Amino acid sequence: MTDVWWPGVALHVVSGKGGTGKTTVAAALALALAHQGKRTLLMEVEDRQGIAQLFDTAPLPYEERKIAVAPGGGEVWALALNAQEALLDYLDTFYNLRRAGSVLRRMGAIDFATTIAPGLRDVLLTGKACEVVRRIDKRAPNAYSAIVLDAPPTGRISRFLNVNSEVSGLAKVGPIRNHADLVMSVISSPRTAVHLVTLLEEMPVQETIDGVSDLRSANLPVGGIFVNMTRPPMLTSEQLREARSGTLPALGIERSLAEAGLTFDNQVVTALMHEANDHAVRVDLEAREATRITELGLPTFMLPLISEGIDLGGLYQLANLLRECGVR
Amino acid sequence: MKLNAPNLDVDALIRDRSITIIVCTGAGGVGKTTTAAALALRAAEQGRDVCVLTIDPAKRLAQAMGLSVLDNTPRLVAGVCGPAGTGSLHAMMLDMKRTFDEVVEGNADPERAQAILDNPFYQALSSSFAGTQEYMAMEKLGQLRAAASAESSWDLIVVDTPPSRSALDFLDAPERLGSFLDGRFIRILTAPARGAGRGIGKLAAFSFGLFTNVLNKILGSQVLADVGSFVAAIDTTFGGFRERADATYKLLQDSGTSFIVIAAPERDALREAAFFVERLKTDSMPLAGLVLNRVQGGGEIDLSAEQATASAERLEKMGEDERLTAALLRLHANRQKIHTRQLHLAERFTAAHPGVAATTVPALAEDVHDLAGLREIGDLLAKKPEPPSRSK
Repeated sequence: MTDVWWPGVALHVVSGKGGTGKTTVAAALALALAHQGKRTLLMEVEDRQGIAQLFDTAPLPYEERKIAVAPGGGEVWALALNAQEALLDYLDTFYNLRRAGSVLRRMGAIDFATTIAPGLRDVLLTGKACEVVRRIDKRAPNAYSAIVLDAPPTGRISRFLNVNSEVSGLAKVGPIRNHADLVMSVISSPRTAVHLVTLLEEMPVQETIDGVSDLRSANLPVGGIFVNMTRPPMLTSEQLREARSGTLPALGIERSLAEAGLTFDNQVVTALMHEANDHAVRVDLEAREATRITELGLPTFMLPLISEGIDLGGLYQLANLLRECGVR
Repeated sequence: MKLNAPNLDVDALIRDRSITIIVCTGAGGVGKTTTAAALALRAAEQGRDVCVLTIDPAKRLAQAMGLSVLDNTPRLVAGVCGPAGTGSLHAMMLDMKRTFDEVVEGNADPERAQAILDNPFYQALSSSFAGTQEYMAMEKLGQLRAAASAESSWDLIVVDTPPSRSALDFLDAPERLGSFLDGRFIRILTAPARGAGRGIGKLAAFSFGLFTNVLNKILGSQVLADVGSFVAAIDTTFGGFRERADATYKLLQDSGTSFIVIAAPERDALREAAFFVERLKTDSMPLAGLVLNRVQGGGEIDLSAEQATASAERLEKMGEDERLTAALLRLHANRQKIHTRQLHLAERFTAAHPGVAATTVPALAEDVHDLAGLREIGDLLAKKPEPPSRSK
């Protein structure tokens, strides 16, 4: 397939249920989008230093840094966002007030704004992402070709992005309100796509379906579904049927094991057949859940489970798969 | 999976009548709510009168416990009883805004309560502040505990913790909200009403001017006025939020409380669990142990991933007839690789925290739909590891 997905999108927001591999998919996406000499920015907002861990580097500061190169001369940069720094940044950019920071901190105002005041924290974080997007529009020399945001989980994503309604309870008019409007004009535009990561299991799929409907009712642009850690069938459909009913030919398996020069006992044959049964059950479950995902009618990308665990090599592997599917 | 850690004896824990609160905590997506529900059911069926407080259960799990409405009150779960008619299970879902409203209503006269409930800042705070859920979970725990001793309605409360950004949030949120409401910032905000500026030094006066100036510029004066009137209203009726937060904290340090840290065999979840274990130690909060969910089986037979892969390769070259066995060996190799990785991650945890007891629950293909499903998880939680059968 030669089409490229989301050609006009500058901000890719990646969400998903906890434990589905959001950060991994966000990183693979940033790598995939950085092909052929492009430069992308991978941002995280939850103070977890997930990016640094994944790329095996020291904790990231509040500063854009190059963390990986992509095939063809592309680069992935990273930024670990933090609400306090984002607030000082905001004061500096809009009010030239960076020096007021220490006074504000002493008074407890920074703490108030970033942890207590409802919604402010989210406006500051999404606001920073939108500032980076606007660099593209301004053709600034430090502009990226795309930004990938490793966002909060599905349960909170609509609220996180819908900053307008978040601050409306707090500020009906005033600068924060204007700022929220500005942020919203980027986030709800076709320049943004919100992607959801899921596993082919009941609960994450249900959360994805609910998440898509939440995003739609908040008029937020839904991008694609990234199905992570899939286990493609390793047996033919006939073999799966036999594995399910426990009728795989035990004698044949024994003969083959001997052929392969393995020393084994009955236990081994039984265990292999048992594992085949587990696999068949898992394949059935994944097929069932995949149907529910397909019914959403959204672009869907399958990423395999990497048995060795995700390291840099695994990330490149996933990025390549995405690129082959037209994500670049 | 055989862990190199003392066994977490779940049955001994739930049978111990001196334990009256069990807190289940861990990173998001590791199965906290399901574990809490399964433990609560198991305890009830062993004769305890249990109340389980869930935060945000998946729809089907809520249905499994007969919870169809979020009404912030414990409901009796039908069809649960222990030996000889003893034991019962109540379950509830936390409604954070409702809980906050009740705190306000219960502590202020009707007129003042209404003023607080109508305040725009209060409305925003009670429905969307990221820490409110944590704070209200603890508040609710305090209420349930008080009801338990007043009415002897239940003798064990099992609490699920909110799906926080970090598992530690729920320990810190009450303190954060408490210190905010008690703090300097609030006193400054509400100071104009009390005639502020008197007696403060020149530098402080300058800072103060700059401070209000900046806030007005950014937030607009309406916001500050709302915050100010909210705090003024709440100040006189609450006897200090910090005191409430402190009381909750003390309850968590009580010897009748026991924490269960839940994780999955993944880097992030185990890192989060490690932080939590250390934090509990620092704050002298009693830890029962670790529940490792979603563990993939492996190691049952003596056939390594490398051996299986090599044999599969050999068989694949031999032709069609050997395809099935080759595929089975590849399946086994994959499974073994995952098992080895998970074991490695778990061992990193147990090596760093050698005293922490642990139990594992295998990955289940399907979600819990009913009480039978919860019972099964309870059985798996309580299953004692088999003694080592052969040496390596």
